[in-house]
Amino acid sequence: MSNKEYIQIQNINKIFGPNPESVLDLVADGIGKSELQSKHNHVLALQDINIGIKKNKIQVFMGLSGSGKSTLIRHLNQLIHPTSGNVIIDGEDITSMSDKEITNFRRNKIAMVFQKFALLPHRTVLSNTYFGLEIRGVERKKREKEALKWIDRVGLNGFENYYPNQLSGGMQQRVGLARALTNDAPILLMDEPFSALDPLIRMDMQDMLVQLEKELNKTIIFITHDLDEALRLGDNIAILRDGKIIQEGDGQEIVLNPENSYISKFVSEVNRGRVIQCKTIMKKTTNQELTNEAIVSPDMTIEEAAKVITESGLDVGSVLNNKGKLVGTISVQDIVASIVTPIKYKND
Amino acid sequence: MSLFNQIPQLPKDTLRAGKKAIDASFKDFSREYGDLIELIFEPVRWLLIKSENFLTDTSWIIILALIASIAWLGSKNIKIVIGSVLTLLLIGYLGMWENTMKTISMTFVAAILAISIGIPIGILMARSNIALRIASPILDVMQTMPSFVYLIPVVMLLGIGKVPGLLAVIIYAIPPIIRLTNLGIRLVNNNVMEAGHAYGASYAQRLTKIQIPLALPTIMAGINQTIMLALSMVVIASMIGVQGLGQPVLQAIQNQFFTLGMMNGFAIVGIAIIFDRVTQAYGKRMQKYQETVDEQ
Repeated sequence: MSNKEYIQIQNINKIFGPNPESVLDLVADGIGKSELQSKHNHVLALQDINIGIKKNKIQVFMGLSGSGKSTLIRHLNQLIHPTSGNVIIDGEDITSMSDKEITNFRRNKIAMVFQKFALLPHRTVLSNTYFGLEIRGVERKKREKEALKWIDRVGLNGFENYYPNQLSGGMQQRVGLARALTNDAPILLMDEPFSALDPLIRMDMQDMLVQLEKELNKTIIFITHDLDEALRLGDNIAILRDGKIIQEGDGQEIVLNPENSYISKFVSEVNRGRVIQCKTIMKKTTNQELTNEAIVSPDMTIEEAAKVITESGLDVGSVLNNKGKLVGTISVQDIVASIVTPIKYKND
Repeated sequence: MSLFNQIPQLPKDTLRAGKKAIDASFKDFSREYGDLIELIFEPVRWLLIKSENFLTDTSWIIILALIASIAWLGSKNIKIVIGSVLTLLLIGYLGMWENTMKTISMTFVAAILAISIGIPIGILMARSNIALRIASPILDVMQTMPSFVYLIPVVMLLGIGKVPGLLAVIIYAIPPIIRLTNLGIRLVNNNVMEAGHAYGASYAQRLTKIQIPLALPTIMAGINQTIMLALSMVVIASMIGVQGLGQPVLQAIQNQFFTLGMMNGFAIVGIAIIFDRVTQAYGKRMQKYQETVDEQ
């Protein structure tokens, strides 16, 4: 299977209402969300969504409430069926699967973590964690062993026999994560998993997720309303507004070239020093003679680079690639300039 | 002017003829199929007799020990156990042991049957809105119709005795367990159900692993109500020949025996309180470890 597009979301439209098919043509003709609601009594949740998601990457969908992000993620395991369009995962169109096929798909290919944890309150941490394996019919000893491994991995050692209501929010979501990981599915859906957590715990969980992603080779679809979180986690970010994708790209692109004023408003709140990488703003050169002792790497954020350069008492740093070859130079002045640069956006 | 004072009414003769016709056809029906229906209920009659014989023929010490251990297993509360034993000892001391055993037997069999019929109906109602719409008005009728009224067709079909009594008790006692099973399942948190769907649980798996365990406290409340209603109806069913504590009460009403009525009345209250406390304590114990998580 090509690494390029493991998951393809093709022309998805989702309309809620008494008879969604009847207004599909109006949507195709470009009727607005508010007009559709007031005149035709249907809610346009998603409009012409097209995106390819690469294997073993973190794809983030960011948007505010009502943007359709939670509706979109539920298309990927068919908890919500599209009004029109297809979702193709690993070459199979999951929108045309029978109930039995989709049940099998959910059991083996995809796991989900929920904003409100959605743990079973009558089950212990251990039996919550092996819930997916139990549904699949894995025998008790094996599923307990697997579950214990992941309980340990998310740092809940010793809490196996607690009930969810005896745990804090952060710990409950660790159980939610352990439950998803125990299923060992190649795709992990995360619907605002950290939104309900305190900021510090949220950072811990984000770090853990990044770490897990490196170890595990999973394709992660992550929903958030927080751009900082999106930039921290996402290999690729799609921004949703009113059911449409209004910009898609990696963090650098979105921060440096916001598509419109709506996105730039978000971006202006972001700490650019922690997002922009040296390779983005360095002056390219291959003249080895320029190499000095302030050495930074192309993937380093400019905030880290500034630290390295100033600590070595210089104004300019050398950007060396992983083979130790000089690829460019970066000055403290450039760094400061790009942190404070007023944001320009392409349209409007 | 006469229309103003007099509500339009069917001519008295027509009405009488209509009632007669319905009665006659029902009588014909029961004459025709009475034996068959009795045959159908034969296993129930057998169960009733076995249960009653067991409770009345076994030594009172064994029965008392049995009830005490059930009370302990249900409530894990020594006060409730001691209260139950003392109540039963007092009942025996005042000469009402045998009638009490007959009443407990009838209540027990009726409650078991009502629960085992009622829970599946409740599950069906929770699954399908059509079933809900069909069952709701029927349950309304069952709960509001004066119990004496449906004693009549039951007696016409099956005569007087244990089985028609049991049928009347079940009809009277089954609505709460149906309603509360349905309610308990419908109240299960949507987030948790969504998790069940997302992990590929089948309907049977969602029912047995999520819905029923989470609905269990509500279902227990239904079981408690059903037992209470069964007990009160067992007393009323003495009018159609059900033996037990109801019969002395009936006798006391007819002859104005104040003390006899009061004593048997209090015996009924006594076993009602035992049933209630044990089932409630059991329900509470089940809830203890599962205060919901979604307050966060």
